[in-house]
Amino acid sequence: MTPTPVTIAAEDGQARNPALPTPESALAMRGMTVSYGEKPAVFSVDATFPAGAMSAIIGPNGAGKSTLLKASLGVVPRLSGAVTVFGTPIEKARDRIAYVPQRASVDWDFPTTVIDVVQMGLYRKVGLLGRLSGAAAQQARTCLDRVGMADFADRQIGQLSGGQQQRVFLARALVQDADLYLLDEPFAGVDAATERAIIDVLKLLKSEGKSVVAVHHDLATARGYFDHVFLINVRRIAEGPVETTFTAENLNATYGGRLSATHVDELTLTGGAA
Amino acid sequence: MGTDFVQFSLTPILIGTFAAIACALPGNFLILRRQALIGDAISHVVLPGIVVAFLVTGAVAAIPMLIGAAGAAIVAVILIETVKRLGRIEPGAAMGVVFTTLFAAGVLLLEQTDTSSVHLDVEHALMGNLESLIWFRATGWDSLLDPAALATLPPELGRMAAVCALIVGLMLVFWRWLKIATFDEGFAQALGIPAAGLGFGLVITAAVAAVAAFDAVGSIIVIAMFICPPAAARLMTNRLAAQVWWSVAFATVSAVLGYVLAGYGPLWFGGQNALSAAGMIAAVSGVILGLAVLFGPHRARVGAGRADASG
Repeated sequence: MTPTPVTIAAEDGQARNPALPTPESALAMRGMTVSYGEKPAVFSVDATFPAGAMSAIIGPNGAGKSTLLKASLGVVPRLSGAVTVFGTPIEKARDRIAYVPQRASVDWDFPTTVIDVVQMGLYRKVGLLGRLSGAAAQQARTCLDRVGMADFADRQIGQLSGGQQQRVFLARALVQDADLYLLDEPFAGVDAATERAIIDVLKLLKSEGKSVVAVHHDLATARGYFDHVFLINVRRIAEGPVETTFTAENLNATYGGRLSATHVDELTLTGGAA
Repeated sequence: MGTDFVQFSLTPILIGTFAAIACALPGNFLILRRQALIGDAISHVVLPGIVVAFLVTGAVAAIPMLIGAAGAAIVAVILIETVKRLGRIEPGAAMGVVFTTLFAAGVLLLEQTDTSSVHLDVEHALMGNLESLIWFRATGWDSLLDPAALATLPPELGRMAAVCALIVGLMLVFWRWLKIATFDEGFAQALGIPAAGLGFGLVITAAVAAVAAFDAVGSIIVIAMFICPPAAARLMTNRLAAQVWWSVAFATVSAVLGYVLAGYGPLWFGGQNALSAAGMIAAVSGVILGLAVLFGPHRARVGAGRADASG
């Protein structure tokens, strides 16, 4: 029996496979299992999302897409599983992550302004009592400008449309100046102009060498938007480059035959041109 | 009226004000988290805790009772979470089940045990004894500078002031965390902020405020102050910091005006007996909430302005 590499495993008490999480993976999960009741929402999922790429988590409703993302961040508790970000346990890499939750997960009637929400992205950096410097405040305005919301800085957030709310959330993630951006359904319920604005920002991030992982529900745009896909239906179905993995066969396996054959053909044939 | 006022009204007004502010501050966050009922729950479950503390120690002493009440509040929070998880029912229902049961148990305990010799009864539990917290040794405003007279201030005043100061301090230190975890808990957790612990801490803080205030002013004020000033404040502004300031102002106005109206109001109208100060303070806070609902600048805030912002 060969001796186990105790130095790696002992540090945070989590068993880890030293061979798998490499620095080339932006986000890697091993053995993720999450359960809300008796039935697991995510079961024994391994996933690797490449660095410097745009990746999508795709699957039907209730397949555990958002749950997988939230569990990896610790937003919902996981029964088992280890998560690494650029090869480091996620607990020690929080400064490198920016998270954009589902827009509908918060109460937009909360008494605060647009610029205030964006500045929340700086709370980890400034700490509990540290002063928000003028430069930091300026940074928040710059990020609002990047999503086309500079004119709305002092608006009450309840006055925004769905698309504007999503842009504010994206600006809050941008101000974190992270290396890995995790987005939960960023295009859900937004107008076409916002969708274009968001994808432009994400593609710009990628060109700057950042990594993006998004929960995505729109099969028609997946091929045009993303480089890498991860197909999930409670269990991992397939993962890999969009060209080789986003196939009719894999989609049928993911959606359990709920997509009509013509629909799948259409996606895989015309999707490449999107 | 200088001497009379200092002797009979100054300390109750101060205690009432500190109690109102101590409850209103965490109340702001409880309301925004849709947990307003938890203040109600805590102020009810304090009763069995106090009765048990009395049964154990055999005396109406402040410290054991505060410990008993705090223990009961923690038991209630744990029970509520347990009922919520095991029964898979909504939080409001879980709280309702737990706090009415514990309050009823407290009333039964109180009736079954011989507490007739001490000042511990259901009326006291509801209304407190604000009017009795007077400053016997005061001879006028200059007593405020007299160490001998100051030493005879009712101990509730120091206790309530300390709890109020503690809560103000906690709010200031944890302001950013409270704000972000209340608005977007998932994002806060992703930042590494211990949101669950923070939520539990908020409830414990509310429990401390409720227990300290219960001792001095009874549960009616506690329930009213957790909800009315913050709810009225929410209708006055769309900024969290401004909302908290408004809630402190409303809590103060309720305490001062309520006490004065209860004590002197009946006399102005030719009546003989003063009214319950706790009841009047709670009533004033309710009137303020009513006025805010009718005239507050942001009362129609839900969906307001969305028509012109669509797209």
